Amino acid sequence: MAEIFDVIIIGGGPAGLSAGLYGSRSRLNTLLIEKSKYGGQTATTNELDNYPGSMENPTGPELSERMRKQADEFGTKFTRDDVLGIDVSGDIKIVKCKNKEYHTRTIIIAQGAEPNMAGFKKEGDFRGRGVSYCATCDADFFTDLDVAVIGGGDSALTEAIYLTKFVNKLTIIHRRDSFRGVKSLQEKVFKNPKIDIIWDSVPAEIVGDEIVEGLKVKNKVTGEETLLDVNGVFVFVGLNPTSDIYKGIIKMDERGYILTDTEMNTNIPGVFAAGDIRQKSLRQVITAAADGAIAATSAEKYIADKFE
Amino acid sequence: MIELNKENFEEEVVKCSEKPVFIDFWGDKCEVCIEMMPDIHKLSEKYDDKIKFCSLNTSQNRRLAISQKVLGLPTMAIYKDGEKVEQLTPDKVSVSSIEDLIKKYY
Repeated sequence: MAEIFDVIIIGGGPAGLSAGLYGSRSRLNTLLIEKSKYGGQTATTNELDNYPGSMENPTGPELSERMRKQADEFGTKFTRDDVLGIDVSGDIKIVKCKNKEYHTRTIIIAQGAEPNMAGFKKEGDFRGRGVSYCATCDADFFTDLDVAVIGGGDSALTEAIYLTKFVNKLTIIHRRDSFRGVKSLQEKVFKNPKIDIIWDSVPAEIVGDEIVEGLKVKNKVTGEETLLDVNGVFVFVGLNPTSDIYKGIIKMDERGYILTDTEMNTNIPGVFAAGDIRQKSLRQVITAAADGAIAATSAEKYIADKFE
Repeated sequence: MIELNKENFEEEVVKCSEKPVFIDFWGDKCEVCIEMMPDIHKLSEKYDDKIKFCSLNTSQNRRLAISQKVLGLPTMAIYKDGEKVEQLTPDKVSVSSIEDLIKKYY
């Protein structure tokens, strides 16, 4: 008979790692499945000055590693695998992975969200050749070069400020006439001598042969198109939930965010969701970690009621 | 795995005709790249007989990486007879997609 876990957590970002900590501290047999890197989006964010107790130190990657270690010390088991689907028809649920199937009493879905594409011409073709969604990964390449940043929210402004440490000049292209990001970030952006802003505009098309050599930018008010001389285009225009494999099983909104109540219950008893993959108003490390703690506590209650 | 730099790139990749060359383009600040390294080392042991495994630290060899049209991480590429024949861009890179790429040229 295969091992039956109390809790299987799918995804190793802040939501999953905090669920792991709370689950294993409650002495639940807890397994966390992650496909690539622990920390999720946090692992590619350098500065986390909106997580209490954390500014330059620890950085995103360091905070992620501390969270992972803490869960590990309390007994969370970790495995690296690709989750292909779940079977939740019985009391014992099955998590189907590329390498193996796992049996469990409860599931916590914490797979998060991935950066959206902006939707301009040749965006996909130039990925890895000048179009990027990760400033910390790729900033090095653009040392002393000119780049564009697409977006106007917290992520776009934070990453733009980070990129100015490397690049020669940076132009933020934003579709409205004001930023959505918090005021303190806006002030830093307006003060930064390396940053130019093009308002009311959207990227239209990449220009270049094999690598990015320019970006056509379209003004939404006048319709006028101009060519911006840049070698890099960094896109930060929101997120897309990683929830495709749950379609038809778990209830979600039209954008694919999973619906839960305040205890992180989904429509299936014993299946919980936590973090960015959930329909919610604020997607941050702190809210993800809170979700994870609540989900693990709800899983514990569910197991006590159902199996003991 | 062979560590590539601007001194040995010509010899190890461009002039290599006996077998296809696999290059793992990575960088000091690329968390995904660093996390995947042990798995890539395992693949190199498994497929070493017919494919030459190399890695290139783009943080130390920026110009060389850009000359190979690599400006994003992680990127994995296969070279045959000195020419790049296939490349996985950052969004397509996972341990299983890398193994699939290697098997194609194995």
